[in-house]
Amino acid sequence: MAPKVGLFIPCYVDQLFPQVGIATLKILEHFGVKVDYPESQTCCGQPMANTGCTNEVGPLAKRFVDIFKPYDAVVCPSGSCVSMVTHHYDEYFQNDADYENLKGKTYEFTDYLTSVLGVKQFSGRFPHKVGLHQSCHGLRELRLASSSEVVGEPFGNARALLESIEGVEITQLQRPDECCGFGGTFSVAEEAVSCMMGEDRVHDHEQAGTEVLTALDMSCLMHLNGIIRRQNKPIRVMHISEIFAECL
Amino acid sequence: MPSHPQLAAEFIQDKDRAHWHDQSLWFVRSKRDKAAQQLPEWELLREQASQIKQHTVSRLPDLLEEFERNATARGVHVHWARNATEHNEIVHGILKKHNVSRVVKSKSMLTEECHLNPYLERHGIEIIDTDLGERIVQMQNMPPSHIVMPAIHIKKEEIGELFHEKLGTEKGATDPQYLTEAARQHLRQKFIQAEAGITGVNFAIAETGGFVVCTNEGNADLGTSLNKLHIACMGIEKLIPRAGDLSVFLRLLARSATGQPITTYSSHFHGPAPGQEMHIVLLDNGRSEISGSDEFRRSLNCIRCAACMNTCPVYRRSGGYSYSNTVPGPIGSILGPARDPKANSTLPFACSLCGSCTDVCPVKIDLHHQLLTWRKEIRVKGFLPFSKRLSMKMMSWMMQVPRLYKLGGKMARWIVPKLPRFLLYNRLNDWGKQRELPEFPKQSFREWMKQNHDKQ
Repeated sequence: MAPKVGLFIPCYVDQLFPQVGIATLKILEHFGVKVDYPESQTCCGQPMANTGCTNEVGPLAKRFVDIFKPYDAVVCPSGSCVSMVTHHYDEYFQNDADYENLKGKTYEFTDYLTSVLGVKQFSGRFPHKVGLHQSCHGLRELRLASSSEVVGEPFGNARALLESIEGVEITQLQRPDECCGFGGTFSVAEEAVSCMMGEDRVHDHEQAGTEVLTALDMSCLMHLNGIIRRQNKPIRVMHISEIFAECL
Repeated sequence: MPSHPQLAAEFIQDKDRAHWHDQSLWFVRSKRDKAAQQLPEWELLREQASQIKQHTVSRLPDLLEEFERNATARGVHVHWARNATEHNEIVHGILKKHNVSRVVKSKSMLTEECHLNPYLERHGIEIIDTDLGERIVQMQNMPPSHIVMPAIHIKKEEIGELFHEKLGTEKGATDPQYLTEAARQHLRQKFIQAEAGITGVNFAIAETGGFVVCTNEGNADLGTSLNKLHIACMGIEKLIPRAGDLSVFLRLLARSATGQPITTYSSHFHGPAPGQEMHIVLLDNGRSEISGSDEFRRSLNCIRCAACMNTCPVYRRSGGYSYSNTVPGPIGSILGPARDPKANSTLPFACSLCGSCTDVCPVKIDLHHQLLTWRKEIRVKGFLPFSKRLSMKMMSWMMQVPRLYKLGGKMARWIVPKLPRFLLYNRLNDWGKQRELPEFPKQSFREWMKQNHDKQ
């Protein structure tokens, strides 16, 4: 029997970027996964946790576990929200079997595609210069790719998947994995630094010739796209699931 | 105290300078990457260093006593200071006993932490910083903005101007070699006139009672060997258990700090030379308290290499002064609140939680996780602004009631696209100052699911 996957769509993706949820769903179903979207889900609590308001996270964390515990796996098109659930929920649960179980079966979307489903490539064409923004939480919390600070063999499944698509040329950045400056509430609380970081990221992609800017997290892209649109830069922003969906 | 965002925004107002600052430090970070990549055992070294430090901190009282015994046996006078005031009084007491009125100091962040310079100056003692960068900021009456490169924020044109005014160099001179030579001549006079030398301590070894001072300019050696009196000031966390551990740290320190294989001078002190007197002041100043905290103990692993500052995208763009703390950047944002959580309440938030500091740290301090924990502490201690607390409370409340969340989202998606620009983009909307808001879609994902997917 096909595994039953619970689709975890982050609140802001649900409300602001439905196309990312749709693309994610489309790809999972394409690979024969039986996907269920539990309607009672809202938010994993990351904004509150990152602001220090941990009292406000507890009830959301418990809701989350209750909602997703019946599934064989939980898949989410955001490294950041997955990292919240798998790396930062411990303090809200004490020896909770449901949570311990959930932690091991919650996956970032590209990670699920490559490590669980064993997807190695997409058959379509995407004839563009693609800039891959390495979102920090996927990179340095979930270790979905190698970070430039750590000494060792480079790796990264999402990049390999992108590279497998005919016509994709991944652009070379001067600073391959510097933060875009979004950082959740940081983007507002430290507006000046956040925007300068974002501008610098956009500029790095510009000099590299990026036509389509992509990432595993829509939050980084929301911030970068805000700058790109304000400054009328000719860079198109797409979540990685949207690129994959175009290649089906 | 002005908040970090406020001071950061002021620094960034001069965009060219902020870019230049960012690029200077990124250059150092890149050098560090190359140096680290050349050692295939780099990650192993980090792990070893981290374990040695964790072991040290867990046995700190015993090891400190061992150090005291061994140092005393070598003829070193060992002093204990609970806080900055005691530290300064001890140093002043030693100087007074020897009738010293002129002191040369090699760079020591510990004496900056204690504000030793103004203290001694108030007591009529001239104290000259002999590290070039630190001498430059001292001439400006400013503290260092970085713990390894204290004047990294100052351009050579400004140094030319400063030296013209203070040292009489040619007006408009910007040639680094010319300016350095002028500083060298000036400092040579100070070295010759001085009666005592103060240094910091990079590593003290419990097993031997010796200690090591690392400099690139040799100023610590000159300051201590020309004088009969050497006072070394050390934070109690600078200890390592055995001489054999030293190699691990010396290999990591310079590579992490500047990308050099090793610091130019690593000077080992094992007691006074004949006719000389050597003192070491061991300062606690809140460190014991940190060592007692499960959450923040690992911050005492820090060897002050500043790699976290060089890599921090926030530090690089906001400058060291925006932290209003002797140690800026990620590690400073942990140590600062430990000393005074109220005054430093915005520091743990001066971080996008990118985690680069954690990955770069040679002693594997989980810096960004500790910053996150500090945010929680700031909230618990009541120093989080009311607006933040309220908005998070309301958001959590709404997210616990899916009907409200759906309704809120629907209303926002209906109303925002209809609003005139001036209502969306104004002083109240920090997001919109330099960024567009996302284009609000007609349908949420869940609405789409209901309409298109679930019917299939």
